Amino acid sequence: MKALTILQYQWKDLLRGKWIVGYGFIYLLIADAMIRFGGAGPKALLSISNIMLLLIPLVGMIYGALYLYQSREFTELLLAQPIDRPTLFWGLFGGLALPLALAFTAGTLLPILYSGMIITASLRSILLILLLGNVLTLLFTGLGFWFGLRFFEDRVKGLGFALVSWLFLAVLYDGLILLAVFAFGDYPIEKPMLGLALANPIDLARITVLLEFDISALMGYTGAVFNRFFGSAAGITVAAVCLLLWTITPLWRGNRLFLKKDF
Amino acid sequence: MISINNLQKKFGARTVLQDMNLQIPAGQATGIVGPNGSGKTTTIKSLLGLVKPTAGEIYIDGKSIEGEWDYRRNIGYMPQVARYPENMTVGELLSFIKAMRGSRTERDSELLSYFNLESEVDKRMRALSGGMRQKVGAILAMMFDPQILIFDEPTAGLDPKSSVRFKQLVHEEKEQGKTVLLTSHIMSEIEELTDYLIFMVEGRIRYHGPMHELMKRQQEQRLESAVAKMMEETAA
Repeated sequence: MKALTILQYQWKDLLRGKWIVGYGFIYLLIADAMIRFGGAGPKALLSISNIMLLLIPLVGMIYGALYLYQSREFTELLLAQPIDRPTLFWGLFGGLALPLALAFTAGTLLPILYSGMIITASLRSILLILLLGNVLTLLFTGLGFWFGLRFFEDRVKGLGFALVSWLFLAVLYDGLILLAVFAFGDYPIEKPMLGLALANPIDLARITVLLEFDISALMGYTGAVFNRFFGSAAGITVAAVCLLLWTITPLWRGNRLFLKKDF
Repeated sequence: MISINNLQKKFGARTVLQDMNLQIPAGQATGIVGPNGSGKTTTIKSLLGLVKPTAGEIYIDGKSIEGEWDYRRNIGYMPQVARYPENMTVGELLSFIKAMRGSRTERDSELLSYFNLESEVDKRMRALSGGMRQKVGAILAMMFDPQILIFDEPTAGLDPKSSVRFKQLVHEEKEQGKTVLLTSHIMSEIEELTDYLIFMVEGRIRYHGPMHELMKRQQEQRLESAVAKMMEETAA
């Protein structure tokens, strides 16, 4: 009941800021353009997912941290009211993460629907991309919340860490892996590579996409190893568990910080 | 009844409250005075659960407040610096808090007209002046008719007219038997609104008792001189 009242207020506030509408609109434009130029096939879906893999973590983390800073007054106001802190924490999180996920889903799904791609392309692939986008939104918004709470008094630090983490996970990580492959190419490094891929949620999502579109062959022998691993029931379970852990851990830590915090 | 037992609060290496013991009976109006940084606001925030104590317990009406939140239903709090969601209008803010508490009180419109804020109901909080925000804070603190009222330097941003009206209102609440806690640097205000005094220095309570007794002890006619004298004594 209380959580719902809080969510309702936040959604109204987000919509009034129009920012969230713009965010959904970006996906609409991207999906529309990709389908228009790439045809209503797997190629367009792959392009959409590539952009999504960069954009969602960035927006989720930055805006997650920023949102906590912006909601400080709101938080202080509510903490003096008869409400428990966990409700407030989940209210704040849901108030941001759910609209972000919704904006992504609506923005991506609309062009897929009106272009008729929903019939021509594989429904499984479309659903998988939407699911991954939603999981990544929750995951990185949670991570942004954790950064925001960890550096509650120092916004520059909080936002800085969020930005650097994004740069590392989304951009540098792959370069480092490539470097490792280049340096240790003569050794059997498939297993460590597998571990490295599991350790980065963006990579995990990317590999899932690659496997879905069956282009892991591009990755040579490593791709074959991935294919064999992630194609098996055990592989899918491990990957899902990893993503789940990545989602839960920052939220759990963030919640704990929030419960102990002095306002 | 508010009881504070061996309350201690540290922010990092800095100790703000040291082993504080305090009993405030229900219906008592108490002023808290002390130099800046003596721990007045931290004490108040601990009562509200905004600040988590390092050690010690706080009981309100015999129940520990640790991990509790429903007790805040009986507390009205007006913060020192009133900060509210900037995008909300005054009307939205009041109805939001009402919805959250599941209350249908009409007291808010009564208080809005009392403070001459009716014409500001549709204005966003960011468009309000500091004094007007303070008034909104006063309304939020009193609209649910709570048993305990906590005011942290309430009249600091108010114009004289509003200040007088505010004090009138607090006086009425006090007459109704509410527990009132008030911090202020304006001694005349403390004298006017409260009967008991807590004097804090560096996180410790140096005096807690009836105000007139302090004045008698310090051999002063006015509270201001009595408190000033006590501050000098503690500094020496």
